[in-house]
This record gives sequence, structure tokens and C-alpha cells, in this order.
Amino acid sequence: MKIVVLIKRVPDTASVFQINDAQDGIDTSRLKFVMGPYDEHAVQEAVNLKVAKDGEIVVVTLGGPDAKDKLLTALAMGADRAVLITGDGVDSLGHRGIAEALAAIVREESADIVFAGKQAVDDDGSQIPERIAEILGWSHASVITRFSLDGATATVDREIEGGQLTLEVPLPAIFTTEKGINKPAYPKLPNIMKAKKKPMDETSLESLRLSATDLCNKVSIGQMSLPRQERLTRILEGDNNTQVAELVRILKEDEKAL
Amino acid sequence: MPSDIMTDLFRLDEDWTVEQREVIAQVRRYVDDAVLPCIGAHHNDETFPEEIIAGLRELSIFESIADQSLAPTTYGLVNRELERGSSTLRSIVSVQGALVMGAIQQFGSDEQRSEWLPRLGRLEAWGCFALTEPNFGSNPAGMETRAEVTPGGYRISGAKSWITNGVRADLAVVWAKLDDTVRGFLVETDRPGFSASAIKGKWSFRSSETAQLFLDDVEVPASALLPGATSLSSALKCLAGARYTIAWGAVGAARACLEETIAYLKERPQFNNQPLASHQLIQYKLAWMATEIVGMELIARRLGELRAQGPLDPAQIALAKMNNCRKALEVARTCRELLGANGIHNEYHIGRRMLDLETVLTYEGTEHIHALTIGAALTGIKAFG
Ligand SMILES: Cc1cc2nc3c(=O)[nH]c(=O)nc-3n(C[C@H](O)[C@H](O)[C@H](O)COP(=O)(O)OP(=O)(O)OC[C@H]3O[C@@H](n4cnc5c(N)ncnc54)[C@H](O)[C@@H]3O)c2cc1C
Repeated sequence: MKIVVLIKRVPDTASVFQINDAQDGIDTSRLKFVMGPYDEHAVQEAVNLKVAKDGEIVVVTLGGPDAKDKLLTALAMGADRAVLITGDGVDSLGHRGIAEALAAIVREESADIVFAGKQAVDDDGSQIPERIAEILGWSHASVITRFSLDGATATVDREIEGGQLTLEVPLPAIFTTEKGINKPAYPKLPNIMKAKKKPMDETSLESLRLSATDLCNKVSIGQMSLPRQERLTRILEGDNNTQVAELVRILKEDEKAL
Repeated sequence: MPSDIMTDLFRLDEDWTVEQREVIAQVRRYVDDAVLPCIGAHHNDETFPEEIIAGLRELSIFESIADQSLAPTTYGLVNRELERGSSTLRSIVSVQGALVMGAIQQFGSDEQRSEWLPRLGRLEAWGCFALTEPNFGSNPAGMETRAEVTPGGYRISGAKSWITNGVRADLAVVWAKLDDTVRGFLVETDRPGFSASAIKGKWSFRSSETAQLFLDDVEVPASALLPGATSLSSALKCLAGARYTIAWGAVGAARACLEETIAYLKERPQFNNQPLASHQLIQYKLAWMATEIVGMELIARRLGELRAQGPLDPAQIALAKMNNCRKALEVARTCRELLGANGIHNEYHIGRRMLDLETVLTYEGTEHIHALTIGAALTGIKAFG
């Protein structure tokens, strides 16, 4: 069984974000980058599946040379092989282009199963895995919280508002993972040392026979700005009972904290 | 590690290999997620942080010691990052790793190695290292614990004090005199006559378990003797390994203090509504601390390079341990002061770090003893022992 995991190098959401001088992007020089937190669950699910059913795990990402660090993390967590799609044109791809490039690898690898995080936590496009399913004509189930495999059929759970769906999905298929599905383990330090000996291949849009010009993003960012900080202080009035009732209402309805 | 750009003026973190960066990132993540949220409460309550052990196991830190898969500098970085969490956490690793596993690796028989190293490596068994005695600390050569030959092996009697992990240990590496020569023994702690009691009431290392051990005619088989540990210098060799981890750990503790302090000073306005960080005397202290930390890290790095080349000279380890512990403590005390009243409150980590560093300055050879070791190397005149 061949399992492909798609990961992305994203800024740590705990970082302090600043807009660049041209006001059309984020100043990345001070950011700490991590593997997408949902992608970690995808890697872990692949590792769990491999432990249970055997197979090969290929971890794939698209980006610049810096993305290799995150592939190394996935290799240390238990992936067998890594592929980086990099080089000319990669930076200018839009969502469609990224999906085409990743789909090309999935096809090339003759994968049976693809896992990916339910979203990257950078621009929150949340559409790459679904687009790949579309390109390949595969089934997909998004935002899954449980995965099990019996022969060529996967049974997965999806949380929905106020309930849960259980889906049966024939392979090959793509699944995107939600947080509760597993608990990603810290990679073993000895495995980090061994990870670099595992194969890491690089490929380009050209060798995937994709045209950077056709696939480049037609949408450009006009301007980027930080959200305006508004003081959200509210002073409750009335006697204690009224104030408490109002506070409970705010927590329940406005803030959805209860 | 861009989060440190402000304090890493010498761009020390830029030299690391991809693997080293990954090791730093993963240990740091473990410390942030699992250790820092709970360690303050354990310090308060004088309890052992059981819930952080699973993460140590997952990271397989001790297995990496058993199979020696980390180069000295990488291993040093692990200790630096652990002590960013707590000196007591780094101490767990130093004791189980450098002292207990180190003793068995260096001086054990093949049978002892295959019996104990895998279990200790997986943390299925805990170990402790029992050298210090109530009457002999800096001068272990005077120890009173005795071993005598019996038909089946040895009988050991004596008391040991200030033994980290002594209560939870399954195995104690006990140093005792056999015919006036200090030898090392592997003593299972469930042997009749062996008992351990926790030392409570510490101001420092409150989240670490420290014990007194009593050995009352404890019988061990002949196979308990560490064949390669033929004198006190064997015990000192184990300590050398632990001091290496301390020299690196101190860097992590100091960096953590400075980072927490700078963040605090930038937030707290005082006089003309200006942040404390904008005041000249305060910046002077920050500059001094940042400079000391660069020096500490460079010493630790050089020690790592020397260790990769071969066994370390005692004076080299003494210099690094002495300097880095003293400087870390000075940094912690200065940071404590810069936080004002908040510096003594457990809402911040600095007070705990400062108190723990008092132990780090004292154990594994006090500052004075290290100074005497360096002095002997410089002058050729031994002023102690
Ligand atoms: C929390 C904690 C955990 C510990 N864990 C362990 C452990 O796991 N295993 C273990 O074996 N030990 C352990 N120790 C013991 C530690 O190593 C000793 O405390 C240390 O070696 C100092 O010995 P002492 O406390 O007896 O001090 P002393 O030897 O009594 O020294 C007291 C003071 O006198 C100074 N002094 C002594 N001799 C001289 C001299 N010749 N010239 C100048 N100054 C001198 C010392 O530097 C010190 O300042 C631990 C200690 C602590 C606090």
C-alpha cells in the first residue's frame, strides 16, 4: 500500500505578524516556520496506518528549499521518502496550479491513500486536497476525526454541527485530518539523525510536464493590512442578577464560549 | 530560530545543521507544550512532574544516549533546551543518562550493559547515582560506605545523601570502599536492607526528588560489581559526563531568564509612561547579560568540539561548569531584580529558575572545587584532596 502525505511549511501562528514595506504580503524574515499543525495529524495517521497495515509513506510538499526542513520532520516522524516540488514557477502558482502539481506526484506514485491536513494555517484556502480529488477523479472525505481501513474501503468519521457522519470511502481516496484524529508523537531524537539518510527527491514543474505560465496565479494581492485593533471592552449595567444574565448571554451567544 | 533574533545577537543559532535545528525545535516544543505549563506548580507543591515523563520517552532521549546517536554538541543542545524548561528536568536526563547509564556504558560488563541499558533507555527502569554521603560531599574520597566480600558476592553498608531520583530508582549505582579502594556497584533497590527516604523542605530543586539512602548490610551477587570502575576516578569520569550536560543546560536557563525579562520590561511602563526597557540603567544590565550568555554558549560549544575530539581534560570541564553555572545564576538574579516584586512571584518562571540554579552551582562539584581543579592545572600545585 502506498500512502502519500501532503504537508506545508507555514508560519507558527504564535508568531507576531508584520506587513512588508510594499504592503502586499507578510514580512517573513522574523517568522518561525513549522509544519502545518493539521498536517502533523496527517503524517501521524499515515504512520499509524503503516504500523497496522504496512506500506510505504511518501511525504510531499511544494515550495522553496526551506521546505526541506519540514520534510525532514515528517521523515523523522516515520515517513519513508520525501518529494519536494521546487524550482522555477513554483512561487507564482495559484491554488489550481498547486493542486495540479501535487496531483501529478500522487499519480506518479500510484498512491492508494492520500492524507493531508484539513487546512494550512497560513492563507486558509482549504481547497488543495479537494481540488486534487477532483483532478484525479477520486473520492474524498474532509475534516475526518477517525480513520480505519478494511480491504479497499476506509471508514471515517466526520464531525458535523451537532452530530457525526460515518462515511465509507472506496480507495483510492483523499482524506483531510482534523485535530482529534490522533496525537502526533514527538519524533524520536535518534530518528531525526537517521532522517537525512532517507531519500529526498526534488522535482520541478517542468519535469512534471506542467506549464508554470498556464498555472500561475491570476489573482494578485492588492493590499494587505493588519486588522484594526478595536477595544472590545463592554461594561455591564444593572443589578448583579441582570449583569450575570447578560454575561452568560454574551458568553453563549456572542462569544460562543459556553 | 527567529523568535530569538532579538537575543541571539551573535547569530549563534544560525550555525546548526538541519538535524540540529530539528532537534532544538522538537525539544523546545516539548518544553513549551508539556513542561512550562506545569513545572511551576510542581515547584510550589514539591512534587515530581510525572506528566512530563511521557514526552521524554517519546523523544527517546535516553535511547539516543544508549545508542550514542547524538554527537556531543547535539546532545549539548538537547540539554540547553531542556533546561530552558527547568534545571530539574535537565537533571533527570543528566542523572539517568550521564551518571547511571554512563557508569554502566563505561565500566559495566557486557551482561550488565545488556541487562540495564535498554530498560534504562526506555525509562522502564529508573536509576540513581549514589556518591555523596552525609559526612562527605566535596571530598568523596573520605566516604564511609563499605563493601566486603562474602561467599556469594558483596555486602554493602553505609548511608548516602542528596541522591537525585533515589526514591523512585529501581537501580542504584552505589560507590563504596572495598579494601580502601572506591568501587562501583549496581544495587537493585528492592534488596533487603536497602531503604530510601525523601528529603523534603528544599528551597531549590523542589520539582526534583532528592533522597537519603540507607544500606544496612545489603547483600549483592558478585555480578553487581562494575568491573571497569576500579577507583574513585571512575566515579569522577561519570561526573564529567554530567557536568558537560550542566555546562550546556545553564545556557538554556540563562537565555530563558533573559527572554522572559525583556518581554516583561517592554510591557511594563514606569516613569513618564515609558516601558522599563527604555531606561538606560536597565539596558545596561540587559547588554551585560546578553554578552555573558554569548560567552557561556561559546564555552559550551568549544567544550562540545573538544569532546568530539576525545576525552575531556578535567580542567576543561571544570572551567565550563564553573563559569556557566555562576553566570547563569548571576543572570537569573539580575533578571529577578529587574522584574521587581513580580520577580519573586510564581506567575513568572524566573524566581524558580534562580532558586534551582543554586543547586546547579553546588552539585556535581561546587564552584570552589572546580576552581581548585583549574588552579591545579594552571600552577601544577594541587590545593585540595
Ligand atoms: C538537589 C541536589 C541533588 C543532588 N544530587 C546528587 C546525586 O544524585 N548524587 C550524589 O552523589 N550527590 C548529589 N548531590 C550532592 C552534591 O553533589 C553535593 O552537595 C556537593 O558535591 C557538595 O557537597 P556538600 O553539600 O557536602 O558540601 P561541602 O563539601 O560540605 O561544601 C560546603 C562548602 O565548602 C566548600 N568547600 C569544600 N571543600 C573546600 C575546599 N577544599 N576549599 C574551598 N572550599 C571548599 C564548598 O565549595 C561549599 O561551598 C546533590 C545535591 C543537591 C543539592
